[in-house]
Amino acid sequence: MLQEHELKTFVEGTTNYFEVAAQQPATVGSPYLVTDGTPAVHDYTGIITITGKREGIVYFTAPRAMLTVLLMKMQESDFSHENMRDLVGEVANTISGNARRDFGSEFIISVPSVVSGEKSEIPLAPGARSFVIPINWRSHSAKLVVSLK
Amino acid sequence: MTTANGTASAAGTKRSFKLLIVDDSNIMRRRIERSQQFDELEVVGSASNGLEALELFKKTDPDLVTMDITMPHMDGIECIQRLVELKPEVRILVISALADKATAVDAMEKGANGFLHKPFTDRQLNEAIAELIRGL
Repeated sequence: MLQEHELKTFVEGTTNYFEVAAQQPATVGSPYLVTDGTPAVHDYTGIITITGKREGIVYFTAPRAMLTVLLMKMQESDFSHENMRDLVGEVANTISGNARRDFGSEFIISVPSVVSGEKSEIPLAPGARSFVIPINWRSHSAKLVVSLK
Repeated sequence: MTTANGTASAAGTKRSFKLLIVDDSNIMRRRIERSQQFDELEVVGSASNGLEALELFKKTDPDLVTMDITMPHMDGIECIQRLVELKPEVRILVISALADKATAVDAMEKGANGFLHKPFTDRQLNEAIAELIRGL
């Protein structure tokens, strides 16, 4: 079951991602436990399935406006739907992959799957503890959701 | 003579090297191509998974490869092994988010020559590529 202290690696991974990839740090809010239902998602959500020593999902969900600015900061000029999907998947993949520094190589991550649309509902891992890590970057808000047994 | 950034030159001529970029993210492939600052590197192809990389490798015969690990169809670790079987002298830089030591060791044992963690800065990318070129 996911413990509060294990969230540190995801918080640090998120902070590091924005600092390095976007050259501008993000503010990460206090993680909170999901107690009812599933967290609301933004326009694009990148989902990583976790297997091996731990089971569950990690997903990064962000609004199109935030991803557009992030792409600009990366000197990317293509703001197509496909590139939004690509970026949100890459962010989820990078933060999850970086977590292996603490969780080890038996924390096996899938290739990203991506859903778009705010009405999407991402099922959390059954029997897992799920936390939301709020992310604020420039004027935009996003979330990292960690749901692990 | 070898210059500071690893460029081989003689009487004003520069050796050129062929680079293949392998990553399942189009954004990452473009980023690597855009950010590398070596005039002597010619990007001869980019592939989104290990199987595509093998095909392109046979067609383009690159000297250098940047290789992601987590990809569909064939992952980077298996692809490294297959590329090294085809051309033992190829230089491979792994560029991956996987931050555990075991993955880096596994990649190096299969034949990779360097490992760069995502996310990375342009400077880190160019230093890693320069190191790879030095070995050619």
